[in-house]
Amino acid sequence: MTNERQEAVLLPHQKEKDHLLHLYRMMLLIRRFEERAAEEYTKGKIAGFLHLAIGEEPANVGTMAALRPDDDVFSHYRSHGHALARGMDPRAVMAELFGKETGVSRGRGGSMHLASLEHHFWGGYAIVGGHIPLAAGMALAHEYRGSDRVVLCIFGDGAVNTGAFHEALNLAGVWRLPIVFAVSNNFYGMGTAIERSSAVTEVYKRAAAYNMPGKRINGNDVLEVEATVRELVERARAGEGPSLVEMVTYRFRGHSMADPELYRSKEEVEQWKARDPIVVFRRRLEEEGTADAAELDAIVQEVEATVEDAVRFADESPEPDPDALFDYVYVNP
Amino acid sequence: MAEITYREAVRQALREEMLRDERVFLLGEDIGRYGGSYAVTKGLLEEFGEKRVRDTPISETAIIGAAAGAAMDGLRPVAEIMTINFTLVAIDQIINNVAKIHYMFGGQFRCPIVIRTVGGGRRLAATHSQNLEVLFAHIPGLKVVAPATPYDAKGLLKASIRDEDPVVFIEHALLYGTRGEVPDEEYVVPIGVSDIKRRGRDVTIVAYSRMTREALIAAEELAKQGIEAEVVDLRTLRPLDMGPVLDSVARTNRVVVVGEDWRSFGIGAEVASRIQEEAFDDLDAPVLRVNQQEVPTPYAANLERLAFPSSQQIVEACLEVLNIRVGASVAAG
Repeated sequence: MTNERQEAVLLPHQKEKDHLLHLYRMMLLIRRFEERAAEEYTKGKIAGFLHLAIGEEPANVGTMAALRPDDDVFSHYRSHGHALARGMDPRAVMAELFGKETGVSRGRGGSMHLASLEHHFWGGYAIVGGHIPLAAGMALAHEYRGSDRVVLCIFGDGAVNTGAFHEALNLAGVWRLPIVFAVSNNFYGMGTAIERSSAVTEVYKRAAAYNMPGKRINGNDVLEVEATVRELVERARAGEGPSLVEMVTYRFRGHSMADPELYRSKEEVEQWKARDPIVVFRRRLEEEGTADAAELDAIVQEVEATVEDAVRFADESPEPDPDALFDYVYVNP
Repeated sequence: MAEITYREAVRQALREEMLRDERVFLLGEDIGRYGGSYAVTKGLLEEFGEKRVRDTPISETAIIGAAAGAAMDGLRPVAEIMTINFTLVAIDQIINNVAKIHYMFGGQFRCPIVIRTVGGGRRLAATHSQNLEVLFAHIPGLKVVAPATPYDAKGLLKASIRDEDPVVFIEHALLYGTRGEVPDEEYVVPIGVSDIKRRGRDVTIVAYSRMTREALIAAEELAKQGIEAEVVDLRTLRPLDMGPVLDSVARTNRVVVVGEDWRSFGIGAEVASRIQEEAFDDLDAPVLRVNQQEVPTPYAANLERLAFPSSQQIVEACLEVLNIRVGASVAAG
């Protein structure tokens, strides 16, 4: 996985092809996983909040593809895609949504709190902006130890108006911490459009206030996301400090399953859906001769089976043991 | 044995733990070049350097969040929040992140930070002399320590830094100059163990932090009247060790609970409730409380004196709780 894409440039055609198909497979997996999660939600198998990232898959997959396995990820409450793209087991992710003991967070967290120590995936956090200081702190730990790990902190455009965003980016700027702040700008903080909530609607410009580079990219182009994030991550790894990347994208579904979407027009949503980034990427793979329809259809089938297996696993898994109610409140009670 | 101040005891604990463990570092506002607003960290920058004694921006959210993020990766940060009033700026980090990180991801991560802060104060008016320990004592996932003596401050801070769980360590502005004996050799005071500071058969006074000192003064006063008060110092508010309190109540049958916090929904309410739940039959009188009056702290000297609890009020409460047998007790004495 390390520098997979970088090597791909140098190595034979097959390596490049494998990587492109991996990106396609991951985006499809996220799409299908979330569509099935929505179905299970309406059946009552999943409760609480379920925030879908459908439409934002390239930003999910491109960011994760740019990292080393020992780099660190902090995400927010819309993180199914990040978790899957990071390589977490779809079974365990779905089981977490179902509130089962076999879930990635043993059923204690649910959809908003996915995590995996093994994958250096330090959690989905659900207070908007609240995890950004944590991510800065882990970058501080790397600097403290002289480690070359880099932290990637992901949040939405709604988070950039919180105090936590400002305090954390300023701290990272002052201390030149090895961290990349990646904002998925989908133009809405819940139901409030960015031009109604942000004095500066181009988020990358805010980087200037923290003496770090800011970039705005097409978040719906998985290759552009991967290349840009890799460049910024390697820059941080080389000791050149933090950066902010704004990935312009769009969420096809509501903020959560409970959202009637009164704040945006059907036409606007349809315009974005017409440019569905997974469809666009597939067309590109076919047109460039990377893969033919049969190969890509096989991936669709494979993903379908993976997701069905994950749902079955989650459904059949046990709930947490009632005797374990007080586990994990303290390490040493 | 050396007699040192509470301030020096805290400083010794920090210094000894930094010498013992390379992972321990300090961060906070003006703790380095300025020397700490209460001069607790004076000299530590010179001894340990800027890597381990880190002056931060005035960004409490970033201070706590960064400490927590560094702790998740295995460091042992001690974050100083200049006064407990300023923890309110970072309350989201403390309650939604620090207290939850171990639990909501199913026990995968730990957050062993110490938040050192300072309660109390004089002539500082409404927002700089509050006693807000109850806010933290309410939260599962946090440990809350509030020592009264130099011996306890040093031993409990060392225990807090070594603890695997997050600890809110609340010092008291008016105790920094107080003196007490501290052993020359290494020692640790365990978290979650209440301590009987004075033996007595007639009435139990439960207190913590500066009120323990006031309770001991009150006990001296009562002794002159032939009444022997037992003083139980809680030392840790969460987890609350009720053992010594209940043992004492079983012997005295009369209790006064003292706190510098406001009475409503306070520490005293919790202690009184536990006593009636667990030792109802031992009580010969209702449990009484002595607390700060329910007003924001006034600046004017005369009003401030009226607002804060005093040793005289503790004496009066003890006499009131002893009312029924006060004559008999004095006669017997």
